[in-house]
Amino acid sequence: MTAPLLAVRGLTKYFGGLSANEDVSFAVDRGEIVGLIGPNGAGKTTLFNCLAGFYAPTAGTIEFDGETFAALSPERAARMGIARTFQIVRTFASMTARDNVMVGAMIRNKRVADARALAMETLSFVGLASRAAATAGTMTVAEQRRLEIARALATGPKLLLLDEVMAGLNPTEVREAVNLVLRIRDRDIACVIVEHVMEAIMPIAHRIVVLDAGRKIADGPPDVIARDPAVLAAYLGD
Amino acid sequence: MRDEHAWAKRIVLVALLVLVLALPYLVGNASQLNYAILVLMIAQAGVAWNILGGYAGQVSLGHAAFYGIGAYTSTQLLLVFGLSPWLGMLAGGGVAVLFALAIGWPCFRLKGHYFAMATIAIAEILQIVVTNWDWLGGAVGLSLPVAETGWRGLVFNKSKVPYYYLILGLLLLTLGVSWLIERSFLGYYFRAIKDEPDAARSVGIDLTRYKLVAITASSFLTALGGTFYAQKELFIDPGSTMATSLSIKIALVAILGGVGSLGGPVAGAVILTAIEETTRAMFGGTGRGTDLIIYALLIILVAVFYPSGVAGWWRDLEHRLLLFKRRDRASGKRKTS
Repeated sequence: MTAPLLAVRGLTKYFGGLSANEDVSFAVDRGEIVGLIGPNGAGKTTLFNCLAGFYAPTAGTIEFDGETFAALSPERAARMGIARTFQIVRTFASMTARDNVMVGAMIRNKRVADARALAMETLSFVGLASRAAATAGTMTVAEQRRLEIARALATGPKLLLLDEVMAGLNPTEVREAVNLVLRIRDRDIACVIVEHVMEAIMPIAHRIVVLDAGRKIADGPPDVIARDPAVLAAYLGD
Repeated sequence: MRDEHAWAKRIVLVALLVLVLALPYLVGNASQLNYAILVLMIAQAGVAWNILGGYAGQVSLGHAAFYGIGAYTSTQLLLVFGLSPWLGMLAGGGVAVLFALAIGWPCFRLKGHYFAMATIAIAEILQIVVTNWDWLGGAVGLSLPVAETGWRGLVFNKSKVPYYYLILGLLLLTLGVSWLIERSFLGYYFRAIKDEPDAARSVGIDLTRYKLVAITASSFLTALGGTFYAQKELFIDPGSTMATSLSIKIALVAILGGVGSLGGPVAGAVILTAIEETTRAMFGGTGRGTDLIIYALLIILVAVFYPSGVAGWWRDLEHRLLLFKRRDRASGKRKTS
């Protein structure tokens, strides 16, 4: 068996005396879709920020692509192949959609013409080619979420961290987003998806990791998770 | 139709360039020429400021420090070692960059207004240090010798025309550097850092490194302007080259003209200098404080009504005109068919 792409071991994060993540361990294989779910305040976003290098874990290690870290910086994580989107969209609002994606593409190649070509290709991939010249700040939230995905993809990641990309989307848009995630997986990019929209994540995830009060309470295929008594208790109350 | 528009723009640009090149022979007297030189001087500093404050969004209210460093370095090297002001100008740029990197390293960890406040404080401290430093002439200032005149010594005592072309050259150089930055990956990175720093980090941009790149270019070019000031006035003191009011004026021409646009600060410089000279003529010697009142008023007006400045207003106007023309043609076609 080959080593997983990402292996999180005993990850713990405290803010002052408050624990947000407590001894969380899990692994993600190459090209795998892993759903990260849990009630509000379970520590999903904190875990996410540790993986993307935005927070330094209090304890534990993150192994990615054969290298082990106690902490990463966001720039380092991006260069190693971990890309992310934000829960509240953070596009470069004054720049065009194309320029937004170009900034992502420039991580590997600083030539403007090359970045532009890759940006156009990536915009087509996410279905935003016709909006390339639009200013990001004027686009709809659904479009901006796609734009963030395009920007992240342009960095050439091995792992994509998607933070609630389906929140606030209508059913058609959710279907399109699900489709996009599947096509990203076809490019052999692993995805970790924080999601509240269960009917979207359950059919496409290979595995679901469930957090509650900062701890991992379950980890397995979606159909097993859906019947897990600990998960049901966490969501519905004892 | 887009091409037509681009061509029209190019023709206007060439015409403008010809006009500024011929200007010394078009103006009637020395005071008008001096006025043109003043416009170019503040425009050059504004364009240099714009690299850091406009594109990268790190608003500095202490750029007079770099201006002063440029003026003092070349002047002191000339007075002590007899060094050519051409080399002194480069040395001034170099010292300004070292100073900029030293203050940028800690200050770029500060966000937004705190960075601006830190730059005010640092420039103010530098001004106080120089005012109390006898070797640099203290509060009295330094006078430059009129030993070697002409292009070698960069002192012109007969006619001011060479000064005009020198500062025009510096302005074009500064615009050229800005243009290159704007079109390279740096321009994209700077705007990304300005818009959303966290998202910029998430795509691998090291914020501090690129802010340091921005301040390096910005401080170097600002210092060149400082050396020019010293060579033109042949006298420098902390009050004229390092004052906070100068820092504000440098930032203001860019803000008024349009932050993050290539030509904006030049437009801002023309407008601001016109306003200043008009009020000076109206109030005479008693109107010394009026510039400051006008600065404050302009900042408020731009912030409230047109944050994108004159350049932004012009872009919007152009956009509306284009739309109007297009609609006009479309309706024309309908009539003929």
